[in-house]
Amino acid sequence: MKQEGKKRIWSDYQKEIADDKFYFVRSCIRQTFFPGSDTTYLKILRDVLDKDVYENPDHTTCTGIGYHTEVVPFETIQTVVARNYALMREKGYENYNPSCVTSFGIYTEILETWHHFPEEKQKTRDYLKKATGREFEEPANLAHTSDVLFKFRNEIAAKAKYKLVNKETGKPLKVVDHIGCHYAKMFPNKGVGGAEYPQVLAGLVEAFGGEVIDYPERRHCCGFGFRQYFVQANRGYSISASKKKFESMAPFKPDFIITNCPGCNYFMDRWQYALAEMEHKTYGENGFGIPVLTYEEVAGMVLGFDPWEMGMQMHQTDVEPLLKKIGVEYDPSKKFKGANGEDLPLPEKPNHIKFEV
Amino acid sequence: MVDFGFAPIEINIHDLDKADLRLSAWISERDETFKLCIACGSCTATCTAGKFTKFSFREMCHSIRRGEISEAIAESEKCMLCGKCTLACPRNVNTRNIVKLVRKANQNFKV
Repeated sequence: MKQEGKKRIWSDYQKEIADDKFYFVRSCIRQTFFPGSDTTYLKILRDVLDKDVYENPDHTTCTGIGYHTEVVPFETIQTVVARNYALMREKGYENYNPSCVTSFGIYTEILETWHHFPEEKQKTRDYLKKATGREFEEPANLAHTSDVLFKFRNEIAAKAKYKLVNKETGKPLKVVDHIGCHYAKMFPNKGVGGAEYPQVLAGLVEAFGGEVIDYPERRHCCGFGFRQYFVQANRGYSISASKKKFESMAPFKPDFIITNCPGCNYFMDRWQYALAEMEHKTYGENGFGIPVLTYEEVAGMVLGFDPWEMGMQMHQTDVEPLLKKIGVEYDPSKKFKGANGEDLPLPEKPNHIKFEV
Repeated sequence: MVDFGFAPIEINIHDLDKADLRLSAWISERDETFKLCIACGSCTATCTAGKFTKFSFREMCHSIRRGEISEAIAESEKCMLCGKCTLACPRNVNTRNIVKLVRKANQNFKV
């Protein structure tokens, strides 16, 4: 990736990210399929960086998916968001820290709406009061969890056990970064590095010793696009969008894909399996796919966390070739063992994409 | 072969690094307003020929930018040169002249 122009863009798009005392909120969908990512984030912040992170069991979905698929009205989502802000202040926190890119987009969009249309904010105050008896204040700082890891990337790199380097060749791993659409495409100045070439993941990769590679369809949607996927008849569009990205990045031979959005993670991981079954085509090396990792998994991996504790066996595109490439010490026999050493059900072996069970 | 109930559609990728951009450069040299087009479609919305045929000035511009020279030239033949689109264009692109240039290019490019 050529750096000169991007460095100029990046200097124009730097945002304020809180230093401590985070009010963390989960992603609805990700905690069902990559639950280890959220726990890895909390572990990194609390145990590695010694930060204060609070998670409130009463917080709810932001209803973003419902809003974007037009089943949740704008008034409703504003009130739900206001309630989450109210809960944060009640617990004595002011730095809101969502781990979902769509939520981050929703929170940003609603704050912008309130800024431009104060009457909407007043309406929301009334609704929240009537519905829950609560009052709310806007957060002092709103940062996505990938923003926070970006901010502390050098501290993490300083404590890292591994680098994103090929153990055999000594060369930096080639990494494709994929940013969720709702992170900065709607409000470029709310993302680190803007919307064209966001720095938020590129910065992480470079700090950990990897090399970010650019490819033509870098900005293309991952394939989640809510209406493409939730309507089953439209899923051909969803998988086509992912396929377009894989076809475009494959000639550059990326070692893995890093994403900051739960949906992107899921679809780029799962659709590689589906495409292999449909078209007998794989995009990685030696019949494997291209591993797709969340930013927390990448940070946890370089810090030397156990990949199976981070839930990397939940990926449908096998991550083991990447672990071997870096030289991560792990126990293959524990891939499908539970927290107490019990045997977990083994996944079915796919027919056309390699996966080590 | 697993049947998931849906399948990928044909991938339509235009690699601009490999596109034949001679026509695009040739037109831009002769009429700089070509570069101002933002593909808003006002020209196509107001087009009389487009009402009765499949002609679209906007698509023709896309073809030029993608290096699809023969498609662009074929498209230019459908225009009646009435010039209404020139009045509708919010960017002051000399649309009528662009069509004439594409037709002229046909003699130069021998597509």
